[in-house]
Amino acid sequence: MQGSISDHGTSKGLKMGTTIIAIEFDGGVVLGSDSRVSAGASVVNRVMNKLSPLHDKIYCALSGSAADAQTIAEIVNYQLDVHSVEVGEDPLVRSAATLVKNISYKYKEELSAHLIVGGWDKKEGGQVFATLNGLITRQPFAVGGSGSSYIYGFVDAEYRRRMTRQECQEFVIN
Amino acid sequence: MATVSVCQYQPRGFSFENCKRNALLEADSTKFGFNAPAARKTGTTICGIVFKDGVVLGADTRATEGMVVADKNCSKIHYISPNIYCCGAGTAADTEMTTQIISSNLELHSLTTSRLPRVATANRMLKQMLFRYQGYIGAALVLGGVDCTGPHLYSIYPHGSTDKLPYVTMGSGSLAAMAVFEDRFKPDMEEEEAKSLVRDAIAAGIFNDLGSGSNIDLCVITKGKVDYLRPHDVANNKGVRTGSYRYKRGTTGVLTKTVTPLNLEVVEESIQTMDTS
Repeated sequence: MQGSISDHGTSKGLKMGTTIIAIEFDGGVVLGSDSRVSAGASVVNRVMNKLSPLHDKIYCALSGSAADAQTIAEIVNYQLDVHSVEVGEDPLVRSAATLVKNISYKYKEELSAHLIVGGWDKKEGGQVFATLNGLITRQPFAVGGSGSSYIYGFVDAEYRRRMTRQECQEFVIN
Repeated sequence: MATVSVCQYQPRGFSFENCKRNALLEADSTKFGFNAPAARKTGTTICGIVFKDGVVLGADTRATEGMVVADKNCSKIHYISPNIYCCGAGTAADTEMTTQIISSNLELHSLTTSRLPRVATANRMLKQMLFRYQGYIGAALVLGGVDCTGPHLYSIYPHGSTDKLPYVTMGSGSLAAMAVFEDRFKPDMEEEEAKSLVRDAIAAGIFNDLGSGSNIDLCVITKGKVDYLRPHDVANNKGVRTGSYRYKRGTTGVLTKTVTPLNLEVVEESIQTMDTS
């Protein structure tokens, strides 16, 4: 609701109250998210795509402040393009996650967005990295966003190692 | 990647130099008995949809200053480039200046590339500028246009996030307008149908939101043609007074009458035609 922009200090604009999840399987990763963007109590966009591409085979899932997350994703997309031209081949998922982590850590105080980076490269296969607040850890799966607290229980109960692609997709959808 | 920008020198972050001066002025002003001027916000309904051959943008025409209508017929659909127009909600000055800055930067860019500018370029420039100011520029924009890749519609929020959608609404009346869109939008509509849908959405905003009112402006952008319909629909007619309130001559008695002729000499006469095109 952009009718009154009188409270700059308190409102942080559009928030993506979100549930995002990423899992790696043998041969790749599956990323999933909901699609709602809210401003206060009203829904502003019900079809937002929160999985944004960083490179051909590397995607990231956005959560937190819409503006911050979109901007980080776009900056990293640009930096990855430059990097991949410099090395002459597809970038590693770890490089993408490191670039995201650098921005998140440097502007920790000003930004409020959490990105989960997932992708495939030929060196390590499918990988998922969480980059909350400037850390970077590789995990077999990651959840994030304000809705993630509600699915910790389900995820803890249902996740098993080495699921196939089909099972991963079903897991994410559920 | 090269940005050719003339109007914007890029200092880091937002400059707070004038805040101290403003605070002092405000403290002193009560001594002199006047209040600092309030920022004029537009309290608006703006919307846009993508139809078969292009984009239709719509806006109401009321500008409010607090609870008073400051301008009954202001123009909220701003020109960005021959094929791209932008509606603005939020602080009137911010939307006006932001669109003008981006419009001139985009013209320079288009001259450098020798191509008609793309809507995605305008979107990128606007969102990067608004993000740089971290939401302090209160401009919520609906950007629409037709370029070589087809018709596009973006909504841009003051903090710098954007959404690319087939139909968007913004402003205080956005909920009313969105209700109309969610009900009746279909992809690939004809132009007349699209125009009437946008008109209905803005009318919903005008009649159900206090911050929007007066007339409805439409802007239809198609490949090679722009129809700027202002006003498209006069939704609120000013009432006709039922009685005449003029005083007849002689109501006020004349006591004395003095005529003083002023002798003026014509020294020089020159005619300059004004360019009223």
